[in-house]
Amino acid sequence: MNRRHFLQVTGAALAGTAFGSRVRVSRAAEGPIKIGLMAPLTGVAAAGGREMVDGWTLWWKQAGNAVAGRAIEVTVEDDAGTPDTALQKARRLVEQRGVHMLVGNLLANTGLAVAEYVRGTGTPYFMPIVAADDLTQRHRIPNVLRVAGFSASQMTRPLADYALKKGYRKVVTIAQDYAFGHEQSGGFVQTFTEGGGKVAGQLWNPLNTSDFSPFLGEIQNLNPDVVVAIQTGADSARLLLQWYNFALKEKIPLLTSQNTVDQSVIRTMKDEPLGLASSAHFAEGRTDAANQQFVEAYAAAYNKLPAIFAAELYTCGMWVTEGLKKAQGKVEDRAVFLKAMREVEITASPLGKTRLDSYGNPILDIHIRQVTKRSDGKLWNTVLETYPNVSQFWKYNPEEYLKQPPYSRQFQGIKS
Amino acid sequence: MTASALTFQLLNGATFAALLFVVASGFTLVFGLMRIVNLAHGALYLLGGYLGFTAILATGNFPAALIAAFGATAVLGFLTDYFLLRFVKGNTLSQVLLTLGLALALGDLGLVIWGGDPLTVPVPDLLRGPLRLGALAYPRYRLFVLLVGTLLFVALWLLLNRTRLGALIRAGVDDGEMVDALGIDITRVFRWTFMLGASLAGLGGTLGGAFLTLYPGADGEILVFSLAVVIIGGLGSLTGAAVGSLLVGYLATFGQVLFPELAYFVIFGPMAVLLAFRPMGLFGRAQ
Amino acid sequence: MKRLIAWAAAAALICAMPLCISGYYVNLLTEVAIYAVLAMTIDLLAGYAGRTPLGHGALFGIGAYFAGYTVAVRQGGVLEAVLLGIGAAMAVSLLFALLAIRTSGVSFLLLTLAQGMIVWGVCVRWTSVTGAENGIRGIARPAPVADPIRFYYLAVLVASLAAWALWRFVNSPFGLTLRGIRESETRMRTLGYNVPLHLTIGFVVSGTFAGLAGTLYAFFNTFVSPTNVALATSVKGLLMAIIGGVGTLFGSFVGAAVVILLENFVSVFTDRWPTVLGMIFVATMLFAREGILGKARLLWARSPRLTHKGDQE
Repeated sequence: MNRRHFLQVTGAALAGTAFGSRVRVSRAAEGPIKIGLMAPLTGVAAAGGREMVDGWTLWWKQAGNAVAGRAIEVTVEDDAGTPDTALQKARRLVEQRGVHMLVGNLLANTGLAVAEYVRGTGTPYFMPIVAADDLTQRHRIPNVLRVAGFSASQMTRPLADYALKKGYRKVVTIAQDYAFGHEQSGGFVQTFTEGGGKVAGQLWNPLNTSDFSPFLGEIQNLNPDVVVAIQTGADSARLLLQWYNFALKEKIPLLTSQNTVDQSVIRTMKDEPLGLASSAHFAEGRTDAANQQFVEAYAAAYNKLPAIFAAELYTCGMWVTEGLKKAQGKVEDRAVFLKAMREVEITASPLGKTRLDSYGNPILDIHIRQVTKRSDGKLWNTVLETYPNVSQFWKYNPEEYLKQPPYSRQFQGIKS
Repeated sequence: MTASALTFQLLNGATFAALLFVVASGFTLVFGLMRIVNLAHGALYLLGGYLGFTAILATGNFPAALIAAFGATAVLGFLTDYFLLRFVKGNTLSQVLLTLGLALALGDLGLVIWGGDPLTVPVPDLLRGPLRLGALAYPRYRLFVLLVGTLLFVALWLLLNRTRLGALIRAGVDDGEMVDALGIDITRVFRWTFMLGASLAGLGGTLGGAFLTLYPGADGEILVFSLAVVIIGGLGSLTGAAVGSLLVGYLATFGQVLFPELAYFVIFGPMAVLLAFRPMGLFGRAQ
Repeated sequence: MKRLIAWAAAAALICAMPLCISGYYVNLLTEVAIYAVLAMTIDLLAGYAGRTPLGHGALFGIGAYFAGYTVAVRQGGVLEAVLLGIGAAMAVSLLFALLAIRTSGVSFLLLTLAQGMIVWGVCVRWTSVTGAENGIRGIARPAPVADPIRFYYLAVLVASLAAWALWRFVNSPFGLTLRGIRESETRMRTLGYNVPLHLTIGFVVSGTFAGLAGTLYAFFNTFVSPTNVALATSVKGLLMAIIGGVGTLFGSFVGAAVVILLENFVSVFTDRWPTVLGMIFVATMLFAREGILGKARLLWARSPRLTHKGDQE
C-alpha cells in the first residue's frame, strides 16, 4: 500500500450516540485523532517495517476507524532505519501534521533520537518495538511509554532460567555487537551465572555479518554445553543456515533470542531452524483464542503468518484504543491521555495479558517456544512453557537493580 | 589454534574469496578496459541473485537458475551500456555518478519486487549439509563455490589469453586508441565486456544468495568488497582479482575473529595505503 | 548597480522568509544553508582544483562529532566545541590530503571514499566515545539561538560568510593557481609551481569548511550519528554541487535547495525516494552535467546583449 494518509472518516454521528455523555472541551477536541506511525519502509530493516504497518493496519480494520466519537487519522512515515531521517519525520509529523501522538520506530537508535525529540515537545510517544533498556529505566521520559513492547534484557532472562533447568552449565553467547545485542546478552548471562552457570566465552559479530564461519570455528574451540544466539534480521537467517550447514546443529545445543527464529526469518527456510527454542512474548502457534484469531486474520489478509513486529503493532493499536476510551477521546489533554494509557490492562491479545509497570514498560507472559512444522509444511513457533508476569526487573528489586550499570560490552552482569 | 581449527578458518577464507572473485572479476574487467567504475555492480549482484531465486522457485532447477541469472544480468548490462553509459563516454566522473544513481534505483526496485525479508536461494540436496573430512565437517555448498570460483578463473584466463575477444580486450586495456586506429570496433568490444562483467555479478548473486542470503543492503556490501579486491589486486588484471580476492577474503575472515573492533579498518586501511602509493594495485599496470 | 539591487533583494527575501512560513519549513531552509556549505567545499575541489572527492561527508561528520561530544558528553562550552570541531576537521583533512594528493581522477575518488569509510567504521565501532550507532544525543543549542528562527539566521549568516570566504579564496592568486592545476598539472609544474603543496592547502581549506558545516549541523540537529559520516552524506553533497553547477560555487545553494526540498516533497507521496534520487542522478549526468547555475551561465553567455552590435540575427 502506497497511500500515505489513511483518512478514516466514519459516521461520527452513529459513533457519537453510542458513547453517552460526551464532554465538550473545545472545538479542537472534535476533530479527528491524528496518529503518526514511523517505520523503516526502506533500508536494511524494510521487512520489519512492512510487518509493523501491516499489523497496525489490521487492528484498525478490525476495530473500526473511530474511538470515543472521533475519527482516527493515521499518517505513515518512512524512517529509512536511520536516526536522522527518523528525527526529520518526527518533526514533520509533530510540527507540520500536528499529530496527537507518535507510534513506532524499529531500530533502537531511531527510537532514541525520536525520544530525545519528544522530551522537548511533550508529545506522547509509544514504542512497541524499540527495546533500549534505559528508556524505561535510568533515562525514562514521562511521555515515552513502551506500549506493547519489551525491554531488551527482560526477554532473555526466562531463557537463562530454562537453560539452567535443562542442566546446561557452560555457555557461549554469539550476539550482534550493538546496544540491543549487549542488553539481551547481559540479561541472559546475568541470570545464568546467578544460577550457577559459567560463561565460556562471548562472541560479538558486527551488524550485517555475511560470513559467520570464523565465529563457528571459535565456538567449537570453546566447547560449551549450550550456545545462545542473539541476532536479528538477515544475520539471523545466515547464522541459522551456516549453523546447520557446518553440522553444528547435531553437535551443540542452540538456544536463541526471539528475533533469531522470528517468523520473518523462518518462513522461507526448510529444516535449519526446526526444534530451536527461544523466549518471546508472542508465538504464532500459541493456541490461545485471541492469538489464533489474530494469526488467522493476518494470514488471510497478507498471505503469510505474522511475525513479532506485526503482533506488537496490532496490540499497540488495541492499547491505544483502550487508552483513548479511558480518556474519553481527550487526546489533547496529554496528562489525562498518558495516565489513561498507563492504566490500561490488556486481557486478551496476541501478546496475552499485559499492562505497564510504573516505569512505563509492559509486564509480560514470556513463553519458551520451539520451532515446529505445521501440517501444511509451514514453520512456526509453538509454546513449551510459560513464565507469567515477567517485568523488566525480573526478580530484582527495581531500585537495587538500577544501581548496577546498564549492560554494555564491558558490563554483562556476570556473577563470578 | 588447533590444526583442524586452522584448516577450518583457511577454508572459510578461501571459500569467501571464491565468491568475491566471481563478483570482482567482472568488476575488474570493466574497470580495467573501460576505466568505468561501475558502482551499480553491487545492485546487479543483488538483482541477479533475486532473479536466480525466482528462477529456482519457478523451475526447481539450480543450473538453470544460474544460467538465468547470468543471462538476465547480461541483458541488464546491455541496457545500461546502450541507453545510459554510451552517452557519458570519456567522462569518468559522470560515469561514476550515473552508475551510482542507477545503483540507488535498482536497489529500490529490488525492494519493491522482492520485499525486504532476507531470501535464501535454495540449493539442490546434493549440495546441502556438510561434507565430512575426518574430524572436520565443512558445508558442501561452500566447497562448491570454491570449485566454481576456481573453474571461473581458468575459464576467464583461457578467454583472455586464448581467444580473439580476449586478445582484443587485453589490447584495449593496454591501448584503446590503438585498437580503434586499427579499425576494430572498440565499442562492440566494450559492450561485450560490460555485459560479461554484469553477468558475472549476477552469477555471483545467485551463488552468494545461497549462503549469504539476499536482502536490501547486500548490494552496497558486496560493492565495497569488490572495490577493495580490485584496488588491492590491480585494475584490469585477472590474476590481480584472484590475489585480491584471497587477500580480502582472508583479511575479512581473520580480521573478524582477531580484531572485531577494527573490522572495516582491516580492509580499508590497506586499500587506502595502496591507493596512495601504488594506485595501480599489486598487479595492475600504470597507464 | 543592477547587481547590487539583485543581491539586496535576495538578502531581504532570505531574511523575511521565516516570517511567512511555518517552523517546520524554517528548519528545512536551515538545513539547506548548512548543506550548501558542505556542497561548496566539494565544489572547491571538484570544480576548481579538478579533483572530485567522495569523502567529505566524513570531514563534515568529524566536525559534528567533535562539537557534539564536547557539549553533550564533556559538558564543555560552545566556543570550545566549535573550535574543536573545526580543528579536528582541519587536522584530519591534512592527514587525508597527504595520502590523497598523489592521486587524481578515479583513484582520488576511490581513495577519498576509502578514507571516508574508515572514519565511518571508527564512528560505528567506538562505542565509548561516539555512542556507536546510537550516536550522541542531547546537544544543547546555545540559548540565544535555541529558537528555530534565530538558528536559521545564524545558519544563513555562517553560510554567507563561508560563501564569501570561499569566493575570495577561489578568485585569489592561489585559487587561480588551483584552476591552472585543474587545466594542466604538467604545465603548472613546468612553470615552477609547487603542485602538491597547492593541492594540499586546497584540500585542507575545503576540509576545514566542511568541518565548520558539520559543527553547525550538530547544534542544528541536536544529534549526531554515523549517518552523518557515511558515504551517503558525501554523495548527497556531491550531488548538490553537481546539480547546482560544479565550478560555480554559489550553485551549491541551488543544488542544496533542490535536493532537500525535493526529498521532503517527494516523500510525502511515495516511499520510492531512493528511486527518484537515483533517477535525478542519472538524468543530471545525461542531460545537465553543468548543473543549473552552469546552464544559466551558458544561456547568459549566449544572450544577444553580449554579442557585438553588428551581429544581429
